[in-house]
Amino acid sequence: MDMKREYYEDIQLFESNVVLVWSVAFLIFIFTLPLYVPQYQFYLLNLMLVHIILAVGLNVLVGYTGQISLGHAGFFAIGAYGTTLLMLKLNMPFLLALPLAGFIAAFFGFILGLPALRLEGPYLSIATLGFGLTIMQIIGHWNFFGGRLGLQVPPLDIGFGYILKTDVSKYYLILIITVLMVIGARNLMKTRVGRAFVAIRDSDIAAEVIGVNLTVYKTLSFAVSAFYAGIAGGLFGFVLGYFNPEPFNLILSIIFLVMVVVGGLGSILGAILGASLITVLQFSLLKNIKEMPYVGDFLVNISTRWFTVVGLENFGSIVLGLIMIGIVIFEPLGMYGVWLRMKKYWRTWPF
Amino acid sequence: MLGQLIMEGLAIGACYAIFGIAVVIIYKTSEVINFAQGEMAMLSTFVAFHILTFYQWPFWLAFIGTMVFAVLLGVFIEFFFLRPAKDPSLLGLIVITLGAEMLLMGVAGWKWGAEQKEFSLPFSFTNTHELAGGVIINDWTIAVFITAACLMFFLYLFFKFTKLGVAMRATQQNQHAARIMGIRVERVFSFAWGASSMIGALAAMFFAARSTLDPAFMMEPFLRAFAAAVLGGLMSIPGVVIGGAILGLLENGFGYFWPEWKPIVAFLVIVVVLCIRPSGLFAKHYVKKV
Repeated sequence: MDMKREYYEDIQLFESNVVLVWSVAFLIFIFTLPLYVPQYQFYLLNLMLVHIILAVGLNVLVGYTGQISLGHAGFFAIGAYGTTLLMLKLNMPFLLALPLAGFIAAFFGFILGLPALRLEGPYLSIATLGFGLTIMQIIGHWNFFGGRLGLQVPPLDIGFGYILKTDVSKYYLILIITVLMVIGARNLMKTRVGRAFVAIRDSDIAAEVIGVNLTVYKTLSFAVSAFYAGIAGGLFGFVLGYFNPEPFNLILSIIFLVMVVVGGLGSILGAILGASLITVLQFSLLKNIKEMPYVGDFLVNISTRWFTVVGLENFGSIVLGLIMIGIVIFEPLGMYGVWLRMKKYWRTWPF
Repeated sequence: MLGQLIMEGLAIGACYAIFGIAVVIIYKTSEVINFAQGEMAMLSTFVAFHILTFYQWPFWLAFIGTMVFAVLLGVFIEFFFLRPAKDPSLLGLIVITLGAEMLLMGVAGWKWGAEQKEFSLPFSFTNTHELAGGVIINDWTIAVFITAACLMFFLYLFFKFTKLGVAMRATQQNQHAARIMGIRVERVFSFAWGASSMIGALAAMFFAARSTLDPAFMMEPFLRAFAAAVLGGLMSIPGVVIGGAILGLLENGFGYFWPEWKPIVAFLVIVVVLCIRPSGLFAKHYVKKV
C-alpha cells in the first residue's frame, strides 16, 4: 500500500499531493478555529495542545525507542516550574525561558537516561517512577518552588509589546509551538537518529552490533522526550495561570502513558489522537458526567441506590481504566490501528 | 533509642515484605508486574471494613469473608483482563494492570467516597511489651512479625514440596515446556493471582490499621513494596523479605533524621543499587539471547 521506491520518498514531509492539500486544509481549519468554536472551549483546546506536545515526546521514548517511563510528570513539572521561575526570578523573556526550561528538562532526561542504559522492563519502570516521585517531593517541600501553595504565573509577554491574556490568544501561541514540535518529531524520526531509536526498540543488542551507539542514543532519546515534556510543561503553566505541585503526581504520569498507548505506539498521528481523546475524556466529559444527557441521570440513580453520589466523580477513572484494558486486548495498535484499517478499507473499496 | 528505631523499621519492613511477596508471586509465575496489586488489596480491605461496620460481623468471620473476596477478585482480574490479551508486550501488560488499578480505584471511590475511615485490627498499638534493652514492642508489631514468618515458612514448603508449587516454578521457567509436561498453565496463573491477592489483602489490613482507610491509601505502600521486591530481585521470596527489611530500616532511619525526605530516600537508594546490580540484589542476571 505505502510502497517507497526511493530514499527521498521516505524522507519527504508530505507523502503525496493529496496529503499536502489535506494537511494545509487542516492547518487552515485549526488556525481559524476561533471563528467556529465558542470562547470557553479554548481552555480545553489549549490543554489538549499541551498534551499533544507531551504525548508526541513520550512517544519518541516509549513508542520509538521502546523504553518505559513512569516519571514523565516529573519532566512536565520541571518545564512548568522552570519556565515560571526563570521568568519570575531572573526576569527572562518568555521566548528565552521556555526553551531554556526545555533544555533543563532535557538535561534531567539525560541524567535519567544513564541508569536506563543498564535497566530494562520492571527495573526501568521503578527507576523512572522514583524519579517522578523525587521531583514531586522536591518541588513540594522547597519554599523556592512555592511549596504546597504553588506559583502565580507571570503575564505571558511574548515580546514586541504583545501580552497574551485571553485563552484564544494563548491558543495561537501554543498552536504554533505544537505544529513546530510535531513537525520536528516527524522529521527527527526520518533521520539517522530516528532510525537508530527504532533499531534500539526492535533489538538493542542487534542495534549495537550494527554500530548504533547505545549510550548516546538511549540517553538522547530520554533527553528529546524530556525536552518535549519540558516545553509542554512550560506552556501548561500558562494555560492554568496558577499551579501547585498537586497535579504533577503519579496518576498524571500514568495518564500520559495512556495517551500514547491509546493513540498507538510508534506513530506521531497516534500520539496526537490519543492525547486529544484522553484530554477530552479526562478533563471535560467525565468531569461533568452528571450533566450528560440520559447517562447522567441514570448514573445518579445507580449511585443513590448502590453507591454514593459524592463518589460519582470517580466514574472517570473507571472509564479510563476500561479504555486502557480494552485497547490492549482488542486493538493493540491503538487508534492509529483503527485509522490504518479504515484507510485500507477505503483504498480497496468495494472489495 | 537506636533499638527502637530498628524495631519499628523492621516492623514496617515486614509489612512491605508481606506485600512484596504478593508482587513476587505474580511476577514469578507470569512475569507480569501487577500495578493493580495495591488497589486490589485496597478494595479487599474496604470489603472487610464494610462487613465490619454495616453487617457488624465478628472480626474473624469478616476476615475469612475478605480473604475469599480477595481470592475471587484476583482470579477475576486474571481471567477477564489478562487472559484475553493475546501475546501482549511488556508495556501492554503494564498498561492492563495500570488500567485495572484505575478501575478498582474508581469503584472504591464511587462506593465508599474519598473521606478517610478508621480501620482497626484486634491487635492494638497501645498494648505494649518491653523487651530487653528498653525496646518497646506492641501487639500490632508482634502480629506482623508472626504473619510474615508463617507466610515465609508456608511458602517455602509450598514451592519446595507441593505439586502446585513446583508447577508454578516450572511455568515461570518455561511456559511452553510446562504446558507440554501437562501443567495447565492458565490454572496456575489463576491460582497465582488468587493467592497473591489474598496475601496482598492481608498486608493491606495491617497498613490500614496503621494509617487510615481511603481509596488511595495503598498507593505509597505498594510503591515501597514494589521497590523492596525489585531490590530483592523480583524473583526470590527470601530476597523480597531482606529487601523489605532494608527498605523499612532505611526509611525509618531517614524518617527520624530528615522527616521530609522520607518518601524518596528509599527510591534513591534503589536506583543506586539497580545501577550497580541491574537485576536486584538476589537475582541471577540472565544474559538475554538475541
